[in-house]
Amino acid sequence: MTDRPHLAVIGAGPAGLAATVAAAAHGVRVTLIDSAARAGGQFYRQPAAELNARRPQALHHQWRTWERLRDSLARYVEAGHATHLTDHHVWFVERRLNRGARAADESGPRDSFTVHVLVGPAQEDPVEVRADAVLLATGGYEKVLPFPGWTLPGVLTAGGAQAMLKGSLAVPGRTAVVAGTGPLLLPVANGLAAAGVDVAALVESADPKAFLRRTRALAAQPGKVAEGAQYAAQLLGHRIKLLTRHTVVEAHGDERLEAVTVAALDTDGQVRPGTERRLVCDTLAVGHGLLPHTDLAETLGCRLEGLSVHVDDEQRTDVPGVWAAGETTGIGGAELALAEGHIAGRSAAARLTGVVPDPREWATAAKSRTGLREFFAALDTVYAPPACWTDLVTDDTVVCRCEEVTGGAIREAVAGLGAGDVRTVKLLTRAGMGWCQGRMCGPAVAGLAGCELTPSRRPFARPVPLGVLARAGAAEDDEHQ
Amino acid sequence: MRSGSPRDLADARPGPVFTVTLDGRDIEAVPGRTVAAALWSAGVTSWRTTRTGGAPRGIFCGIGVCYDCLVTVNDRPNQRACLVLLHPGDAIRTQDGTGHDD
Amino acid sequence: MVGAACALYAARAGLDVVIVDRGPVSGGTTGAGEGNLLVSDKEPGPELDLALLSARLWTHLAEDLGEFIEYEAKGGLVVASTPGGLTALERFAGEQRTAGVVAEPVDAEALYDLEPRLAPGLPGGVHYPQDRQVMPALAAAHLVRVSGARLFTGRTVTAVLRKADGTVQGVRTAPGDILAPTVINAAGTWGGELAALAGVTLPVLPRRGFVLVTEPLPRLIHHKVYAADYVADVASDSAALQTSPVVEGTAAGPVLIGASRERVGFDREFSLPVVRALAAGATRLFPFLADVRAMRSYLGFRPYLPDHLPAIGPDPRAPGLVHACGHEGAGIGLATGTGHLIAQLLGGKTPDLDMAPFRPDRFQDDDEEAE
Repeated sequence: MTDRPHLAVIGAGPAGLAATVAAAAHGVRVTLIDSAARAGGQFYRQPAAELNARRPQALHHQWRTWERLRDSLARYVEAGHATHLTDHHVWFVERRLNRGARAADESGPRDSFTVHVLVGPAQEDPVEVRADAVLLATGGYEKVLPFPGWTLPGVLTAGGAQAMLKGSLAVPGRTAVVAGTGPLLLPVANGLAAAGVDVAALVESADPKAFLRRTRALAAQPGKVAEGAQYAAQLLGHRIKLLTRHTVVEAHGDERLEAVTVAALDTDGQVRPGTERRLVCDTLAVGHGLLPHTDLAETLGCRLEGLSVHVDDEQRTDVPGVWAAGETTGIGGAELALAEGHIAGRSAAARLTGVVPDPREWATAAKSRTGLREFFAALDTVYAPPACWTDLVTDDTVVCRCEEVTGGAIREAVAGLGAGDVRTVKLLTRAGMGWCQGRMCGPAVAGLAGCELTPSRRPFARPVPLGVLARAGAAEDDEHQ
Repeated sequence: MRSGSPRDLADARPGPVFTVTLDGRDIEAVPGRTVAAALWSAGVTSWRTTRTGGAPRGIFCGIGVCYDCLVTVNDRPNQRACLVLLHPGDAIRTQDGTGHDD
Repeated sequence: MVGAACALYAARAGLDVVIVDRGPVSGGTTGAGEGNLLVSDKEPGPELDLALLSARLWTHLAEDLGEFIEYEAKGGLVVASTPGGLTALERFAGEQRTAGVVAEPVDAEALYDLEPRLAPGLPGGVHYPQDRQVMPALAAAHLVRVSGARLFTGRTVTAVLRKADGTVQGVRTAPGDILAPTVINAAGTWGGELAALAGVTLPVLPRRGFVLVTEPLPRLIHHKVYAADYVADVASDSAALQTSPVVEGTAAGPVLIGASRERVGFDREFSLPVVRALAAGATRLFPFLADVRAMRSYLGFRPYLPDHLPAIGPDPRAPGLVHACGHEGAGIGLATGTGHLIAQLLGGKTPDLDMAPFRPDRFQDDDEEAE
């Protein structure tokens, strides 16, 4: 019996799950590698098993889709076609060029990959997973632009509030303001309210009229429009005040958050003087959109377009043997991730078994993909942070949270030392040199430096103990001596 | 539909609470919760101070990306409180500076 | 860095200076270095003389700029791993002393007083109190600022303009020409490319090096510490990968770990085998580092010339063109001496060092012989 080709899927969110199920169903052995204890990623984040939640669907949308994926995965694991590795934190994917490989031979894999992982409660112990191909479904994370007081305890990301709610059944406090911009704010506000938090307001900087300018693109996805309407209705039901064309100008508190000041924006995105008002709250859930995780892809040499991994119609990157799907190829939500994951899984299964795939077999997913990509491209023009956000950042406002680099230090590097790009600002101020390696402050530094945000090169997707690094890949190299 | 709490909303029936310590003081933890969630439930929103400014920090991104929520658990510094699950008897300690007892 | 130093000393000598870089400040090898100001790793000879001169000049600059550039007078500690290695190291140190280097032998006991966390069982080493460290990107940026020179970043030199009689009269860039009777080639690893624009050859080649950066730590490593085999690696002509451990703390907290040398052209791809070797070397020297996390890694291309000495001085083949590049892994440390000597030459003064070993056209003879 010949061995099935082995595909490593990294990330067990909607894209990774859809890819795993699609690939396992078509002749490929899949190892699904994920850093969480349970599958689901962010969108389908499940409460920890020990919480014994009998009605987790109360916290979720599209529960039945999740159930189908979860059950499919379980069937393939049971059948031995898939393995699900939990609490596995990938820090590097190594591409090993096949020794003795000759010119392109489409009948089988030529390169192989080693996925370098950290496991254990402190993510200290090394594990290496070898595969014939990898599929990157590494998801996204929240973008937050700084404002005075944003580092106070009690201020957290909108997605973070949702993650704590879904994963730990915990809420941060009693009274919350949800703020920023983006479609994520609606379910977060509703979710917190349903869980008993008093949500004082949803503060959205976008202009509702901007939706009207994009009606055609938006109406092309009636499902998404209905979803939005549902969120809006829930907002009303929870009596959450919706303040559009407003922004948080400052968060107040001593050791923790006590209140925020919000203000109205004019049509140019500038604060309208005299419209400031104070909202008492102990929690501020804030977000300004999402950014893709692209570290593993970039280190593998995959081409990026803007901030996202470039893929073709089969979800292949330009590195042979590497597929990518979901937020990592461009922010577009769970449904798009499902479509992309499915196509990626089908393509990988075909290519790895030496078959040229017929795209008609995933025509539905492809149509969904096209439509949703257009929808989210339209949304991107609607949901914008306020044009004046850099003005709100004072010289004392911490911009790089990890290294505590202020707006003033960054401005000094730009004006006084001639820094004009994110990397040079980093070298001259340390902004982006801390634990998070610039993930959180990158957009802000780019904005303050007046330049484009370009992807950072991060060979280590996670901090890795030097003792682990000292042995990483060595055993395999020895084998090939 | 509004509930009194997320546990009610999800109809959660975790096992009995257990005790962990925060800087030596006992706090109760519900099984299945992360350090961050347990501390929130105990009314604690910050558990570290920053290296330069000594400013208090707790959770920010909640998903293990920002490394703001670093805390010392069982003498291991720089653990992400939003990821680490608690077990009975765990000792959580507020950390300052680099977390390595500067 | 070398360009920044040339600008500073030239400006101080009264010249009107314009700096042009196709990238940002500290965008080349300077932004990928460790910031070493070393005398410890140099054998007696022109480079060591330049290093001693440069060290004195850095000390002066540090009086005003020290706090802005993370200047640390921490000293270097070279560690032998075997008694034979220690003997060789002590002999080398003796030679360095004759050239003016302060080199203090350190026996096994004193070694652990200086660096308590070194791996046990090491026979000894040599302490070099004159070694210093700066944060190189900051240092270059501040030298540029203090120089008062006009700075054009993001501007590529596409030609070196020469008059009919061959003398240099400036450079061409997309937005326009910049005219000057003196053009200083401080393009580091790309110095050969710039020289070619002026119609002369300067065989600068890249030697790739990786650096590992750890999480922020309290001061656990007190000096720049490296294994005695580092010196042999620097002088080697081998194209193959060479690594030998170099470890130091920084004022900001993270520990920097080097050092690797490879001739792979300008390949920017991350190499796990190289970085693995760096981690292995560092943890052998300092076992506690095994539990310390690496946060990031970066690479740079050291500019080297065939005899491992920089090219400093006017180019007789293109009057008006002055070279100041090819400092290999010592560019940060040697920048001040280079800038000072160039300023002296431009001012018609007798330079403080014999410039013959640094002649930019010294390879011409090799070329001619080869034909």
